[in-house]
Amino acid sequence: MANSMKIRAKSKDGVADVKVLITHPMEGGGRKDPKTGNDIEPHFIQDVVFEVNGKAVITASLSGGVSKNPYLNCKVAANAGDTLKVSWTDNKGETDTAEAAVG
Amino acid sequence: MSINLKRRVLLKGSLAASTLGVAAGAGLLAPQAVLAAWNTDAFKAKTEADAMTAMFGATEAEASGAIDVSAPEIAENGAVVPIKVETSLKAESISIVAPNNPSPMVSSFALGEGAQSFASTRIKMGKTGDVIAVVKADGKLYSARKSVKVTIGGCGG
Repeated sequence: MANSMKIRAKSKDGVADVKVLITHPMEGGGRKDPKTGNDIEPHFIQDVVFEVNGKAVITASLSGGVSKNPYLNCKVAANAGDTLKVSWTDNKGETDTAEAAVG
Repeated sequence: MSINLKRRVLLKGSLAASTLGVAAGAGLLAPQAVLAAWNTDAFKAKTEADAMTAMFGATEAEASGAIDVSAPEIAENGAVVPIKVETSLKAESISIVAPNNPSPMVSSFALGEGAQSFASTRIKMGKTGDVIAVVKADGKLYSARKSVKVTIGGCGG
């Protein structure tokens, strides 16, 4: 699942506006495949961890109720040049990590 | 002789590479520095009350005017409903709850030191109903709600 994320972090007055877009089906389960009638198994991101310069600042817990290709927006204390790292883990144990410099 | 030597080198090289691969794999599997573990009971709960109890140990949250919930009044597509929560309270966590969804607890942001009291994402809504933002601050629960009219539900198929 390489390159599943797009990160944009822009700092103003010491606070960075962080926007993350992740490519993921976010299948909540409970739906049926319209062709086969079989249940579609759940497949969604559970945890997204935001780190600034190696320190965890936010953990977002998601469910299958979050839209497909989730968009997350949060604000953290960070200045231009700081390193922002975002990692996600889904219910199947798949994971991805990406880093971006705060602009 | 020279072929044999090359063979040794190749073997050694591939062995080293595989050791590295294992190490990298272990690094990925190591527990991350998380602020909150995924709360299975809260996210699997089928009612708002059960979800609240599992997440916070309480069902009551004081209505607060200090919380601003932004959501569309009418969502044409329930599969993508943008929600933004902002508060002047010093939030330890911000949770988004949609009581009419099959699983009302949609997401929860655990905010550590350095995080601002702000969270925004896009959620699915099965039908028309409220979106509740639950903010934990100073160990107390506060909430604000906004009604969203859903034209096409985003949970069923």
